[in-house]
Amino acid sequence: MTDTQPTSLAERLVARFGDTLKVTTQRTEVMAELAPGDLVSVATALRDEAGFKFAELIDLCGVDFLGYGQAEWNTTDATATGFSRGVEGEAMGRFAWENRPRNVRLPNRFAVMVHLLSTTLNQRVALRVFCPDDVLPLVPSITGVWPVASWYEREAFDLFGIVFEGHPDLRRLLTDYGFVGHPFRKDFPLIGNVEVRYDPEQKRVVYEPVTSVVPRVLVPRVIRNDVDLEQAEAEAADDWRRN
Amino acid sequence: MAQEIRNYTMNFGPQHPAAHGVLRLVLEMDGETIVRVDPHIGLLHRGTEKLAESKPFNQSIGYMDRLDYVSMMCSEHAYVRAIETLMGIDPPDRAHWIRTMFDEITRILNHLMWIGSNALDLGAMAVFLYAFREREELMDCYEAVSGARLHATYYRPGGVYRDLPAVMPKYHESPWHKGKDLKRLNRWREGSLLDFIDQFAEDFPRRVDEYEELLTTNRIWKQRTVGIGVVTPEQAQEWGMTGPMMRGSGVAWDLRKKQPYARYADVDFDIPVGVNGDCYDRYLVRVAEMRQSARIIRQCVTWLRANPGPVIVQNYKVAPPPRARMKEGMEELIHHFKLFSEGYGVPEGETYCAVEAPKGEFGCYLVSDGANKPFRVHLRAPGFAHLSSIDTIVKGHMLADVVAMIGTYDLVFGEVDR
Repeated sequence: MTDTQPTSLAERLVARFGDTLKVTTQRTEVMAELAPGDLVSVATALRDEAGFKFAELIDLCGVDFLGYGQAEWNTTDATATGFSRGVEGEAMGRFAWENRPRNVRLPNRFAVMVHLLSTTLNQRVALRVFCPDDVLPLVPSITGVWPVASWYEREAFDLFGIVFEGHPDLRRLLTDYGFVGHPFRKDFPLIGNVEVRYDPEQKRVVYEPVTSVVPRVLVPRVIRNDVDLEQAEAEAADDWRRN
Repeated sequence: MAQEIRNYTMNFGPQHPAAHGVLRLVLEMDGETIVRVDPHIGLLHRGTEKLAESKPFNQSIGYMDRLDYVSMMCSEHAYVRAIETLMGIDPPDRAHWIRTMFDEITRILNHLMWIGSNALDLGAMAVFLYAFREREELMDCYEAVSGARLHATYYRPGGVYRDLPAVMPKYHESPWHKGKDLKRLNRWREGSLLDFIDQFAEDFPRRVDEYEELLTTNRIWKQRTVGIGVVTPEQAQEWGMTGPMMRGSGVAWDLRKKQPYARYADVDFDIPVGVNGDCYDRYLVRVAEMRQSARIIRQCVTWLRANPGPVIVQNYKVAPPPRARMKEGMEELIHHFKLFSEGYGVPEGETYCAVEAPKGEFGCYLVSDGANKPFRVHLRAPGFAHLSSIDTIVKGHMLADVVAMIGTYDLVFGEVDR
């Protein structure tokens, strides 16, 4: 024991793993970013070693960062284009399957988020792994460390197309039998790609491209940098007193 | 030469009354013994998380009700807390206490549904009828406070939609409610909603005694549950179990105590834990939890009676201005219009917020890129993790025990499939 015994979880993570993890703390939440190659060894260490003891995997999910920070409505240049600036655009829900953006290549598009919980030390940590390849997102499976990861990985594979290397049974989980595509990707249309109906001539249910739903968005996606929550609060507090 | 084939595959659900909705199990059996279970889920998959990405933040609160549709407000609580964390707003005290109270009302609602349906699955009809008698009264509380009996959309970022009503609505005379029956229904409804809830919570332990009388020492019930579906503490951890599933195995883990939110740090209650980790212990844990919930509710009522005040933050970017002000004030009108059309932007960042829902830890992982819609929402449903362990837990049991196990998992497919 030395005098500089790390006390917080973030410090312990840095002391134990060094450059392997990129540790950040937001409010009280500790998050560590790491390379896919290190995932299994770090996960095993986090589960077993004193000071971490993350015996439970609480959550694992995929994230598609395509279009992160992109708004549909330009708020800095307001008068030139009128309302049409809000109804045109290539964001989710505005395009049909055949018009979907293709070959959109961004570095680090897919990520896997892992949330761990230690019931003995009452602490949480989040791990983030970016998939190096966008065409075939590949991450090692951690089903060997926590068996519950099995379904979470199947879900992420199903919805995002992230392939977990070493998963014993990587099948689709939530979507329909015979489903094509990965619906939670940002370039998958909100209205879907196929719809079903009963065909009286063939006397069976048939799958067809979506025609009954029109892709549309009621409220455009807006990012404003001029919102002052505190000022609004002061104005409102004044009003409440008068009421 | 005849060849004997022993193993065979059986299909269970999705239209089986004990499948709790739309669970489909493909069972590989050796005689009546289970060799392998392959659950097929997703028949109720609605893409809630993707839908939430396409709407302003507030418009998705209603979707949370429809996840776990027997513990509605707890799911709302996780989502609303995630938004509040990213925005850095803290609801007023009274809102926190109202949320604590309604979380516990929700817990009783959920456990009543569970005890009724689980007993029904295992052949005890009467408990279901008793449980629904009380559910009716609690759903009246939901209705009094939000206008809806199930899908309340009552919690909002920054507080709750409105204050508790001063008058509890009464039943009117009708061909279905008259005479003595009408008097019984209205006996607690003379005062406010808080009076009604207080009298309910005071009376409720007696009702729990009634369920216990029907089940706790019931020979058939014990034969069906004692020693069935044993989950060891180690298994509970590695399968990501939380809530009564974990506490039934003797692990005293409860977010309300360990990572308190709302006003759970200020109320007095105990965490019941099991010993053997079988279906019977989990039954005892849930029954004890109902009694504890009634205890918490009474403490909340006492505080709420003594402390009137605002129930939502006074910030027009997040909460609507009072309607009277809107009629004359231009600023208020603009705030109202912007809030209900565009919504509000949530600062860039990500968070994971969890609450102790009746079934276990319900979490919301929220990523915002600064827009008025979430960039990514992931909902961590307790039932999803629990169900994934069914193959390990049920292997070697008899077919009838699968039904007992599905019941004790307390599955609701709204949250498993999302």
